[in-house]
Amino acid sequence: MSAADRSPLRVVLAKLGLDGHDRGLKVVARILRDAGMEVVYLGLRQTTDTVVAAVEQEDADVVGISMHNAGHLVLAPRIVGALADAGLEVPVVIGGIVPDDDRLVLADAGVVGVLGPGASAEEVATCVRDAAASRGRG
Amino acid sequence: MTDGREFTTMSGIPVNAVYGGDPLPGEFPYTRGIHPGMYRDRLWTMRMFAGFGTAEDTNRRFKELLQAGGTGLSTAFDMPTLMGNDSDDEWSIGEVGRAGVAIDTLDDMADLFAGIDLDRVSTSMTINGPAPILLAMYVAVAEANGVERARLSGTLQNDILKEYQAQKEYIFPPRPSVRLVSDVVRFTTTEMPLWNPISISGYHIREAGSTAAHELAFTLANGFAYVEAAMAAGLDVDAFAPRLSFFFNSHSDFFEEVGKFRAARRIWARWMRDRYGALDERSLKLRFHTQTAGVSLTAQQPEINIARVALQALAGVLGGTQSLHTDSHDEALALPTEDAARIALRTQQIVAHETGVTNVADPLGGSDYVEWMTDEMERRAEEVFAHLDDLGDGSILEGVYLGIDNGFFVGEIADAAYRFERQVNRGQRIVVGVNAHNDGDDHRSGLLRIDQDTEDLQLKRLAEVKQDRSDEAVDTALEQLVADASDPDVNLMPAIIDAVVARATEGEVVHALEGVFGTYVEEPVV
Amino acid sequence: MDGDETVVADLVTTACSGDRRAVARLLTLVERGGEPADAVAEATHPLAAGAQVVGITGAPGSGKSTLTDGLAASLAEAGRRPAVLAVDPSSPLTGGAILGDRVRMEAAATAGAFIRSMATRGHAGGLALAVPGMVRVLDACGFDPVLVETVGVGQVEVDVVSVADTAVVVVTAGWGDAVQANKAGLLEVADLFVVNKADRPGAHEARRDLELMLDLSEVTGQAVDRPAVMLTTATEGTGIDDLWSAIQAHHGRLVTEGRLVGRRTRRHRAEVRSRLEHLLTEAVEDRIADLPALPDGVPGTVARRLAAELLGE
Repeated sequence: MSAADRSPLRVVLAKLGLDGHDRGLKVVARILRDAGMEVVYLGLRQTTDTVVAAVEQEDADVVGISMHNAGHLVLAPRIVGALADAGLEVPVVIGGIVPDDDRLVLADAGVVGVLGPGASAEEVATCVRDAAASRGRG
Repeated sequence: MTDGREFTTMSGIPVNAVYGGDPLPGEFPYTRGIHPGMYRDRLWTMRMFAGFGTAEDTNRRFKELLQAGGTGLSTAFDMPTLMGNDSDDEWSIGEVGRAGVAIDTLDDMADLFAGIDLDRVSTSMTINGPAPILLAMYVAVAEANGVERARLSGTLQNDILKEYQAQKEYIFPPRPSVRLVSDVVRFTTTEMPLWNPISISGYHIREAGSTAAHELAFTLANGFAYVEAAMAAGLDVDAFAPRLSFFFNSHSDFFEEVGKFRAARRIWARWMRDRYGALDERSLKLRFHTQTAGVSLTAQQPEINIARVALQALAGVLGGTQSLHTDSHDEALALPTEDAARIALRTQQIVAHETGVTNVADPLGGSDYVEWMTDEMERRAEEVFAHLDDLGDGSILEGVYLGIDNGFFVGEIADAAYRFERQVNRGQRIVVGVNAHNDGDDHRSGLLRIDQDTEDLQLKRLAEVKQDRSDEAVDTALEQLVADASDPDVNLMPAIIDAVVARATEGEVVHALEGVFGTYVEEPVV
Repeated sequence: MDGDETVVADLVTTACSGDRRAVARLLTLVERGGEPADAVAEATHPLAAGAQVVGITGAPGSGKSTLTDGLAASLAEAGRRPAVLAVDPSSPLTGGAILGDRVRMEAAATAGAFIRSMATRGHAGGLALAVPGMVRVLDACGFDPVLVETVGVGQVEVDVVSVADTAVVVVTAGWGDAVQANKAGLLEVADLFVVNKADRPGAHEARRDLELMLDLSEVTGQAVDRPAVMLTTATEGTGIDDLWSAIQAHHGRLVTEGRLVGRRTRRHRAEVRSRLEHLLTEAVEDRIADLPALPDGVPGTVARRLAAELLGE
């Protein structure tokens, strides 16, 4: 195993927009820590700018964005686009209530994984690992 | 029996108003209920929470709910409005009208209640940080329609302390925010006697993941904190306490919930009388609204949420709630559709009219389990009060400020949330449809979608209002507001009313106050 | 090896021209260790211009992240190019970590400071093995000063001092109990004390207590340069400017009194030692893993024989 493979995945977790529900995000942070990953926890009320800057400086392997209140169709493409504009090829995983019909739309917009409510700890960790692997990391 | 009326079971067996011993419902410390007759005399208010899109959209939904038999209005606002941002603020993009109705100016408030007689309905407004502003708008709209403020009945959530602990819809730091809450209490105490100025809430604390005992404890502690704040602002406790109301969650563990509600009444009565010296009986009677647990709704096999909600509603009723909102089964996925909202209302109506549980007050009282659970909830809550009292050197208010500052509340909540998650993960706690019995149809179509049109319409509306108003009048009003805000003894409600009448936007009023109070930045505890 | 060197050389050039993504990538290579990390060390060593390194340590809850935020923001606004390395402990059980310092550094991030969060990754104490190498990368890329923020747990004297020119120890009122355990280490290590949350009761008493303890160590003849004890309220930005002045004053004294060289030598020695310990520990682990079973016998004797094998190889 190379040094790269042995080291923990680095994940940036953030919530975009005004919504103040962070219960899910905090639980995911602990799940990923328990799965051996390093979580840069940005928390609530982040903007695409703050997330992009963090992803860049932290050299994140995956970005996890928590969404609430059906903002995903607007906010998800925006964050994917902003990362691409900054030259950062980092996979984005969206967490939140995403109706089935919207998953394809998000996939087309470049979102690599979607975690719905009720996803188990294993599913969360696997989704993030798979996302990292999809860009050749981990 | 009350008034000699006869209440019988479905099969015709007459039943008494109450069974068992002290304290009886309506008797201190009101463990068994705040009225002797409870639901025999009056059913709980079936208050369905509604709000989405533009004010016109919500106005339509309000009228539908009133037609269908709802007896009170309850308003949900969109995220920008809740956070004090106007629809044209850059933070509002993609959020206008989605989680609730968008209100930027007085004109939106007028549209929201167009054609509804504010004299005849009781309105609840679920808003916290900018609550005084929305109340000011409501009063101004009523008065413009010839209804005096003194005749307005309703509730303003206005519970800022729980925002720092759970919901995170704060704007200013804690102390100036509590000042605003006190200003509203002082204002309504003298000018709006039918209005509940605070709905001290545990719902959100529970939704954030707390245990039932902590929901109870943190909520009542916040209540005590507001009592101390209002008394420090010069009010006599019996002047305002009768109008304090509460808002609890009704979650899935049936008897835990019933015990919690009963303990809440008992604790409040004792503390208000013994600690805060309240003499008026109405100050001692804890009145509460209940909402079934949103967080318990599953996206998997959503129709089964109807069963969950029915049971949670029953727990609320057996716990003696004064008002109830039942969630719609599709709310795990999106805002409720009209059909789903109707089913939720019908659920309450079934409990009220078909089950017979309303014939007897506190029918579970006297059960060894229920009495034990009530005692246990009280015991656990008292531990928390002791901790906060100690932290605050004899003041619950100071203890709460410190607990907010040192992460006590958010830490306990995050820990409990995580523990719950682990239990579900390990299969120690079954959630039907999620980690057991998951063969079933999870697909859901026909969800309510808010489209971009709403945002465009609202932006247009906002621009029109700003165009038509006198900017000079707005500036003058805001200057006065800032001057008043800088003096901690001045009640800000009059100045806020003047500002909204001049058509200052919500965001402009908030911005002016931020200049004086500052903005709150949380130090997150993961 | 050649491939690594070329990639690294390109990255270094790009990073030095201001590309933050390249800086971040270099930091990652260093953190992961192995040959790419060595290549980065080789490439950056000659470029390191001697950036000022300030270590900020303190117990959890002392508000050091907010303090670091205030410092970095004010430095950025003053035209410096500050970088922050924020170190949090890795879970000994899972190897994961929640890195929660960045979220408290909004002002610094907005002002343009470079902020990198790191986990200790099994390294004892509050620091991480890779920190010196990462400081070197930041230095080579033109960042100055570099603020290294860590949680002070045990072995503080080994950690913070080993990387910094100036070690700042942050406490709050009521620090007494936590610090008793570290008393010897902290007093020797700190170049500056900060009593944060000065708006709270007990802050002035805390300062007084610290001054008394420092008096004692002067009497016993240990202190060379008596550390100042400052008061700050990081959440309001009070005392931040004075703190930076004190840090600058200390740095200035190191220079004029010829002690900076000694500090830098100490840093170098500490890094070599740390890496040596790491390499040897790894060698020991590998050796033991290779053995089907540890030989029986008196443990000390067994160990001596194994060590002789290892060192002889």
